[in-house]
Amino acid sequence: MEDEQSFSDICGGRLALQRRYYSPSCREFCLSCPRISLRSLTAVTCTVWLAAYGLFTLCENSMVLSAAIFITLLGLLGYLHFVKIDQETLLIIDSLGIQMTSSYASGKESTTFIEMGKVKDVVINEAIYMQKVIYYLCILLKDPVEPHGISQVVPLFQSAKPRLDCLIEVYKSCQEILAHQKAPSTSL
Amino acid sequence: MGLVSRGTAAAGLGPARAAVRPSPPDAVPNLISTPPPEGAAPGSSRIPSMVLKAFFPTCCASADSGLLVGRWVPEQSSAVVLAVVHFPFIPIQVKELLAQVQQASRVGVAVLGTWCHRRQEPEESLGHFLEGLGAIFSHEPWLQLCRERGSKFWSCKATRQQVPTCPATSGEDQVMLVFYDQRKVLLSQLHPPAALPDRQAGDATASAVGLAAVFDTVARSEALFRSDRFDEGPVRLSHWQSEGVEASILVELAKWAAGPICLLLTCLLSLVSAASACRMFKLWPLSFVWSKLSTCEQLRHRLEQLTLVFSTQKAKNPTQLMRKANMLVSVLLDVALGLVLLSWLHRKDRIGQLADALIPVADHVAEELQHLLQWLMGAPAGLKMNRALDQVLGRFFLYHIHLWIGYIHLMSPFIECILWHVGLSACLGLTVALSILSDIIALLTFHIYCFYVYGARLYCLKIYGLSSLWRLFRGKKWNVLRQRVDSCSYDLDQLFIGTLLFTILVFLLPTTALYYLVFTLLRLLVVTVQGLIHLLVDLVNSLPLYSLGLRLCRPYRLAAGVKFRVLEHEAGSPLLLLMQINPLSYSRVVHTYRLPSCGCHPKHSWGSLCRKLFFGELIYPWRQRGDKQD
Repeated sequence: MEDEQSFSDICGGRLALQRRYYSPSCREFCLSCPRISLRSLTAVTCTVWLAAYGLFTLCENSMVLSAAIFITLLGLLGYLHFVKIDQETLLIIDSLGIQMTSSYASGKESTTFIEMGKVKDVVINEAIYMQKVIYYLCILLKDPVEPHGISQVVPLFQSAKPRLDCLIEVYKSCQEILAHQKAPSTSL
Repeated sequence: MGLVSRGTAAAGLGPARAAVRPSPPDAVPNLISTPPPEGAAPGSSRIPSMVLKAFFPTCCASADSGLLVGRWVPEQSSAVVLAVVHFPFIPIQVKELLAQVQQASRVGVAVLGTWCHRRQEPEESLGHFLEGLGAIFSHEPWLQLCRERGSKFWSCKATRQQVPTCPATSGEDQVMLVFYDQRKVLLSQLHPPAALPDRQAGDATASAVGLAAVFDTVARSEALFRSDRFDEGPVRLSHWQSEGVEASILVELAKWAAGPICLLLTCLLSLVSAASACRMFKLWPLSFVWSKLSTCEQLRHRLEQLTLVFSTQKAKNPTQLMRKANMLVSVLLDVALGLVLLSWLHRKDRIGQLADALIPVADHVAEELQHLLQWLMGAPAGLKMNRALDQVLGRFFLYHIHLWIGYIHLMSPFIECILWHVGLSACLGLTVALSILSDIIALLTFHIYCFYVYGARLYCLKIYGLSSLWRLFRGKKWNVLRQRVDSCSYDLDQLFIGTLLFTILVFLLPTTALYYLVFTLLRLLVVTVQGLIHLLVDLVNSLPLYSLGLRLCRPYRLAAGVKFRVLEHEAGSPLLLLMQINPLSYSRVVHTYRLPSCGCHPKHSWGSLCRKLFFGELIYPWRQRGDKQD
């Protein structure tokens, strides 16, 4: 069962949340970030090339211009491959674990899987980010030494940064699935 | 399938009925094979409403119908299927095989259920027959996997014989099917290694938790994978070997030849190390010189590495094996780069050019130093120096330079020969050539080092004198016993002389300080150049190239974890997932498998370095041979 809704992130950009319910014990949430804008790309390229042209008129060496083109190309490729995240996906499978995937603009995917045995809970936390106070969804991991302690906090959807309404949707779905393992004697 | 196999299978059932009826605890020495009693603590191993996960190898997805053989992990309610046993089989022989495998690998292997791969005609009788097998090989829970040929959807059922205590849960569990690539899971290692070595013999693999248990089970069940469905044995199995095994003749030959070659090289290396540990080299001047030269350090390091690589003992665990492989690849790359350098040096008589250029360069450096000293002896940067001290220091250093130039000119006929022999040492490796370069630089700038030491000692003495007399000025002194500053009453003549000396030292301070500053800067420049060379040597020494190559070409071997992908899903049929290996990132590979190097990391922080410079204490940027760190 697939479902798509539109939300906004903390800066006001548009986000699309896709929900897929594969089975009562497996759900997937896919957040798509806004694409790279043509305006900012043109602005950066023009600045770099104008600076290079200025240097060229000073030192009369055409290597400066070729170097500027090279730098722009490499910089763009590096940005697309290492920095710009297109989509963030959360896959939660009952009694197996939680998986987070980030897909970059160049097609690279980076995945982290956390086993259900290590997950204590999924909560919405508040944080101070620059001059704002934002909400973010995070996974609390169990401490192997202390049974009631928390060893690590793993934040989710870090580059999409959705607002509270989107987070509440995801939170409710995750809690439904996590409830299965917390109450083993009652069956749903 | 058809009548033939059914007939023989039915015949196989006959003797089994007459044979001993197995009971579950007998065949499956798992930790916990019975469900926990009512009212068990929530921390107990079996959670009745947990979804049952069946890990199924992708190579068996196209295999013919048969029995599922594998391991049941009750803590996670997951069944790891290792192989499929095909018809016809005799149950006794299957049980014997499983018992053998269990003994050899200490993994609780058992028959987990049935696998049905339906062809064109649906076979009703087969279904009943398969259910009947549940009576012979009873296992809790009994899995029944079924697949239509050409269909993407599977059907899975897991039934339990014993009636559960809570009436709400039914006799059937929800099943989730997870596909995994058996060959890749067999060969991969998890980082960090999750499975601990077994403490007692005969202990089932209980120490791995979570998904590491799956990796552990597959890795330990090598004994099960030895026989195949194409073999002549009594039991025909399907597993990853059935897809065909690739092997390389070169690899097999190399393995066979490795034994004698290792033996030969170990003997040679032990001869070399015995020769170098000879008494003669321990005498005082030689041992001092050896400890200062970085070339000897590098050669010793390489000798140790080669001894470890070619030792006749097998590696005890995968980490050691990787370390050996990394060392070998590093040495080979080093030698290859060294040979490239050698061929480049000898091509257009570059050594002759280098030797011809060396003496004029040394002369030029000495001339520049002389100009510098003349400038210091005059009025450097407009500052006014104390004429007498200036002249003394200047003439002292100029005489030094004169001696040095004489020494260089004495050596000049032999330079080319020395350089040629030194160039030959590049075939021992690029790192050796770079270490020799660093040592040559150190030898050629020895006079700068001497000047730095003289300047630093003078400055240091001056600073100590000044601080002590400053205390006298204020009526205090340094108490050596208590290691603190105490007040003290001085006599008048003590005060008078102290004040005079203080004044003299203060007015001579700028001159000494300037000489110290100039020579320290020169020394730091030389130290920086040497440091860069050492950094490069360190890089070649410690980079784990074999691990990086493995990560590039066979990323499943170095696993950071797993990742799941949901395959075709339809409402009503069980969930199908694909488990793939998530490889380690390159930075973690380098961090985990870095080779220990003899590299020198500066012991001082920037703060302590500045403090030492200010007080004129000598800086030793390289670790001395006495304190060796790993």
